[in-house]
Amino acid sequence: MNALRIAVLDYGLGNVRSICNALKAMGADALLTRHAGDVMASDGLILPGVGAFETGMANINALNLAPLIHDFADAGKPLLGICLGMQMLLSFSEENGEHQGLDLIPGRVARLPVSNGVRLPHVGWNRIAPPEGHWKSDLFDEAHRNEPVYFVHTYAAKPNDPAHILAETEYEGTVFTSAIIRGNVIGTQFHPEKSGEAGLRILDHFIHQKSFDYV
Amino acid sequence: MMRLIARLDVKNEFVIKGIHLEGLRKIGDPNELARRYYQQGIDEIVFMDAVASLYDRNNLFEVIEAACRDVFIPITLGGGLRSLGDIEAALKAGADKVAINTAAVRNPGLIAEAARHFGSQCIVASIEAKKQASDDWEAYIDNGREKTGIEVTGWTKKLQDLGAGEIFLTSIDREGTRRGFDLQLSKAVNEAVSIPVIASGGCGRPDHITALADVTAPSAVALASVLHYGTHSIFEVKQAMAACGLAVRELAA
Repeated sequence: MNALRIAVLDYGLGNVRSICNALKAMGADALLTRHAGDVMASDGLILPGVGAFETGMANINALNLAPLIHDFADAGKPLLGICLGMQMLLSFSEENGEHQGLDLIPGRVARLPVSNGVRLPHVGWNRIAPPEGHWKSDLFDEAHRNEPVYFVHTYAAKPNDPAHILAETEYEGTVFTSAIIRGNVIGTQFHPEKSGEAGLRILDHFIHQKSFDYV
Repeated sequence: MMRLIARLDVKNEFVIKGIHLEGLRKIGDPNELARRYYQQGIDEIVFMDAVASLYDRNNLFEVIEAACRDVFIPITLGGGLRSLGDIEAALKAGADKVAINTAAVRNPGLIAEAARHFGSQCIVASIEAKKQASDDWEAYIDNGREKTGIEVTGWTKKLQDLGAGEIFLTSIDREGTRRGFDLQLSKAVNEAVSIPVIASGGCGRPDHITALADVTAPSAVALASVLHYGTHSIFEVKQAMAACGLAVRELAA
């Protein structure tokens, strides 16, 4: 059987080598590309990214990749944004002024509203939990409730529709959205490719899911 | 959750360990050790190139490339990175973060530029601190070899203002001694900034971590000797931390 082909979008940002390695470790045929034909022919697409929102969107727009990302999402195939890649799925971000995102999931990205004295960026391992008591996606399994994953961020997603919240996380008394979902479009604020065995299992679920039938 | 970081000081092809960053002893192969500590449940790996300012760095880029094939936790590379180009090469090789000390002292603007370019989240400011008097520490560069005349807590604040995302704090006095962390240094630096601080240097037993946590709560602690010499397993360290009420990432049973 051929391994499923997962495209990792190459727009000059993100820890793409680690993501490709993690996908390969889970049996996928990982391809770093921005070629429209290759992306559309893939079984899944990962939007990577670390760094500033403005820089990320500027790179995507300079390469005219937003229409391709929308086409892939419209095709109904699984699209996973990681960290900044997740944030860019939303309508806009408040990081260093207001900047337009891809608007695949309505909402904004705002600074974590932590209390005085709480350290930012939020760096380290933390738990994820479904807001409604059960996972709305097979991306996570029951064991993930008790297995921390790795975060490094100062801003977080605020989807307009609570139904688009897939996971929440508490950091020093502040609850924020740590994963989002709208149909076949998913995003995680944390890094599955850097979250040990728990993270690899998330990528494994992403690679081997055939359909997305959630919200 | 307090992170446990494995610190691997690398000279040429070997992980080495000294005392006060000097007097080096060969420990083993960097990739083999990184893999072993990952499998045993370490939360993060830091590779520090002990001689990067003197020799060619290509060796360590290859180590990073290999490490990120089978170590799926954050990897930091430090030692001898001097320019945006060096940082970019490290990140491209597969490092998630870079640790910068000497170049930051010589050109503080590099931290600001690097944070703007690559994001604060991947810029770790590394500080090598040596005690001068009670509540007074001096920053050293070139792997603890050279004085700078810079006072540590003020420098830490400046590094935060320049855009560093984390502080990696090494006590030269305690490094390699296994006599415990410099508690006052960790406290002073942790209280000086609002970004995460990683305490490094001196951990020889699990209760050194809990003693540190009684005084101040750094975001992470770095371990070297305690792992390299096999005196305590990562599991034992985490168990001891949990027994004292410190939140740690669970281990796979």
